[in-house]
Amino acid sequence: MRREAPQKLSDYGPLFFPAMMLIVFFVVPFATMIAVSFFQRQQGGFYVPAFELANYQRFLSLFFANVLGFSLMLAVTVAICCIVLAVPFTYLLTRMTRKVQIVWLVALLSVLSLSEVIIGFAWSTLFSRTAGITNLLVMAGIMSEAKALLPSFGAVLTGMVYQAFPYTVLVLYPALVRLDPTLTEAARTLGASPVKAFFTVVIPALRNTITATLIMVFIFALGSYLLPQLLGRPQHWTLSVLITDQAIYQSNMPFAAAMAVFLVLVTLGLVALTVLAGRKGEAA
Amino acid sequence: MTGALSKVYFFLIGLFLAAPMIVVAGVSVNAKQTLAFPPKGFSLSWYGEIFLNPEWRNALFASLTLAILSAALAVAIALPLAWFLWRRIAPWANIFQLLGIAPFTLPPVITALGLLTFWATTGFYGQPWTAVVSHAIFFVTLPLVTLSLGFTAIDRSLVEAAATMGADDRTIFRTVVLPLILPYIVSGYAFAFVLSLNEYIVAYMTVGFTMETLPIKIFNALRYGYTPTMASVTILFVATAAVIFSLVARFGDLPKLLGAMSSDDT
Repeated sequence: MRREAPQKLSDYGPLFFPAMMLIVFFVVPFATMIAVSFFQRQQGGFYVPAFELANYQRFLSLFFANVLGFSLMLAVTVAICCIVLAVPFTYLLTRMTRKVQIVWLVALLSVLSLSEVIIGFAWSTLFSRTAGITNLLVMAGIMSEAKALLPSFGAVLTGMVYQAFPYTVLVLYPALVRLDPTLTEAARTLGASPVKAFFTVVIPALRNTITATLIMVFIFALGSYLLPQLLGRPQHWTLSVLITDQAIYQSNMPFAAAMAVFLVLVTLGLVALTVLAGRKGEAA
Repeated sequence: MTGALSKVYFFLIGLFLAAPMIVVAGVSVNAKQTLAFPPKGFSLSWYGEIFLNPEWRNALFASLTLAILSAALAVAIALPLAWFLWRRIAPWANIFQLLGIAPFTLPPVITALGLLTFWATTGFYGQPWTAVVSHAIFFVTLPLVTLSLGFTAIDRSLVEAAATMGADDRTIFRTVVLPLILPYIVSGYAFAFVLSLNEYIVAYMTVGFTMETLPIKIFNALRYGYTPTMASVTILFVATAAVIFSLVARFGDLPKLLGAMSSDDT
């Protein structure tokens, strides 16, 4: 059937329910949150309609600047680690047989779908003193005594890379599968080793994909809220943790909302960058 | 040489992905209530605990109910939208596609906070059904993406043939489109279901004080120390996800769903 523009009002019928749901339960809540970010907080966790910028002014503190700086730094580190691990992995994966690919994809999806609670619990067990990997090192005679590896920055980073790695692979997968295999074949025929062909042919051909993926993983890592709590110390808390903390435990909804609006702006700015990077990629 | 190198690399990545689960699986079969690895003794009683202990059982049922209903609602929102976008030329309607993808792209805490302020303002805060709606909106992206992919795979001439022979939109949808799109509905549902089962922050912010889903239960239990049931629940969740995605791979075309070209080309 040819696609055609809707002619009668009833042609819009199928759109009615999805549009209503998305407007009522996504657009309106979003607008509510923005409105609340300007509200005035009352004692006891309530807030009254107002228009004040006090909630936003609180950003201008050293504490907040530190948290924001740490969140961005952590997300960038996670994104870089994931890209470095995932690009060669995904490239090799797409060159394997379909059966092997499916097994790995199922495993990656299973890890990706895991709750942050579960990932946090699993890694805190692995890093614990009584049941952790240090016990294996003790058995092997490398260490003299088992010890806890958390809370620490390394634990937070490991947990977040674990969470974001499958996501990175799945974002890279479509672009790498479509990569023309004759590119590397040509390089090989001309005498390049597989490793050299990978770095001189595959990586440059994927430059835009890698940039876009880096930004997507960065946003993904920015949303992590439980792992910094479960695996790190309070100085490892990110903006997402702080928002949850203000909303639930400090009952300061207006401030939480203001921080969330700020986080949206940062994220949207980055999505715009991704789209721009994608456009350039198509033009090239 | 490079073949061996890539094997080693895959082994290390596999080890990284599996290591926490191996330790948790070991911990989950400890005979006593201790956090020890390698496990001391062997017992499957912590798996029984999930179903026998009323607190864990209630959390399991709450999570299952939430996942079944919210995934269904997510598909109910995504299907007509994807169908309309495929059937009609209405560029402005793409805004709804964008709205459907936004909740999943933004950091989850934002969607969670938006819904929290919304339910609090409207006075429904804490009611169990609000979690179903919240999860459906949060995960509508998944069926929307799989269904959009599914529709583009349908040969339009099939539908045209049906239209030429006098079938109206409704009949075409039921007899031609639905059978072709069914695998994508199922995989979209499966993705939303598994993710809803595992979701913490949206559920916590909307109904965290009145209802305990399994992830909320694990987190609350973690704050009071350790019980081995957490480990057995974790393994149960990993196994569930692996089984569901294997089924999707078995009956659908997983590489294609994840964006690769169709199996004939590769």
